[in-house]
Amino acid sequence: MEHYSMNLNLKVWRQKDTNAKGAFKMYRVENISSEMSFLEMFDVLNEQLVQTGEEPIVFDHDCREGICGACSMYINGKPHGPWQANTTCQLHMRAFQDGDTIVVEPWRADAFPVIKDLMVDRTAFDRIIQAGGYISVNTGNAVDGNAIPIPKDDADASFAAAMCIGCGACVAACKNSSAMLFVSAKVSHLALLPQGDPERSSRVLNMVAQMDKEGFGSCTNTGACEATCPKEISLDNIARLNQEYLLASLTSNK
Amino acid sequence: MTWKQVFTSSIGKKLVMGFTGLFLILFLIIHAGLNACIWANDNGKMFLEGAHFMGGNWVPRILEIGLFAGLILHIVQGYLLTVQNKSKRSVGYAVDYGNQGSKWYSRSMGLLGTLVLLFLILHLANFWVPNRSNQGWLLGEEINLYEKMKTEFSVLWVVIAYVLGCIALGYHLAHGFKSAFRTYGVHNKRYFSMIKGIGYSFAVIVPLIFALMPLSFYFGWIE
Repeated sequence: MEHYSMNLNLKVWRQKDTNAKGAFKMYRVENISSEMSFLEMFDVLNEQLVQTGEEPIVFDHDCREGICGACSMYINGKPHGPWQANTTCQLHMRAFQDGDTIVVEPWRADAFPVIKDLMVDRTAFDRIIQAGGYISVNTGNAVDGNAIPIPKDDADASFAAAMCIGCGACVAACKNSSAMLFVSAKVSHLALLPQGDPERSSRVLNMVAQMDKEGFGSCTNTGACEATCPKEISLDNIARLNQEYLLASLTSNK
Repeated sequence: MTWKQVFTSSIGKKLVMGFTGLFLILFLIIHAGLNACIWANDNGKMFLEGAHFMGGNWVPRILEIGLFAGLILHIVQGYLLTVQNKSKRSVGYAVDYGNQGSKWYSRSMGLLGTLVLLFLILHLANFWVPNRSNQGWLLGEEINLYEKMKTEFSVLWVVIAYVLGCIALGYHLAHGFKSAFRTYGVHNKRYFSMIKGIGYSFAVIVPLIFALMPLSFYFGWIE
């Protein structure tokens, strides 16, 4: 693809802190290369802001190679922008044309309060993981491959679920601000493996209870989460989570 | 884990929606099947026998109480969930994700359900209330429901309201049918694609059968 440069108008959400009332602000960036990543374009904008004495825009980012789940911008009506199965940091400016106006918002969910500008507090996900998204035994060193036989299909499905980077795009995309795709990925990943089996009941009950406590909505199976997920986590995982929950809750002895 | 904890959790509430939804789907099959007797073209004889079995017999009448209980639970829980889910995002987006990631009717179950409810109120006022009050709410004399259908469905706006109600029901079912099975944990790809197929067919066929009833009377397709 041929390289080109563009001038853009950015409509960015600015919010001083969690309690402040935010608002959109318009910015203009010029001579942006089509080879730049979306976050690099934001770096250019921030340098511009620093030079003019304005406070730079706060946004989350870390690895910038699509694997950490830190970046979290809602771009033109879609979490992580227009490309499919993609994170904001891997979105490149060739997705846009000269003269475009791009609207950038933070993840919107009461369970993800805005910290500042485009950065939101996603520690709710950490607390859900702490409620049961792990295996309690000390596993020691890595064991030999195939020491515990696992059906190939289960291993593949578990691996596909483990791809979840916990970015929260599913919550941002869902009309109910539901975290079910995230929780279902974490529950499926462990429920499908023999190592996760002993704690599968308590895990699903505790993680769902924590999810509800954090103030996420409930799932209505619209599929918006699956469509926006940068790691293409399947909606099948939500059905599996429902099954895990149904079995665990109805057979609970307490 | 107490029963209360199970059924007040986010997934538990959905289980109630799914269970009552499937129960109402079963009712639709019976209702459509019995009412289809109008097409026997025998001036309502077969239809009235079916209607009499449902209205003049204790067993279906006791089941009717269960039907209303299920219906009310589905409606109340549905509204509660819609309001609760909406309250989880106090500041909305300037640009909506819209239809890029999901079907409009899957996001509009509250609205579609409301339309179905409005239709249901009209429908009960047309047939159920006059008939039951004539029966003294017990097992008294029934009115001639076939004649009643003829009268009601000679009015154009009633026919239009029924057809619109059936369209809303169709879209409600198009999402609700498969979503209920998702809630019950069906993730097996072979079975789920089967359920999806059955769900979409059901969502077209059953409301179509219902919509054809007022249309048949209005256009004089039956005697």
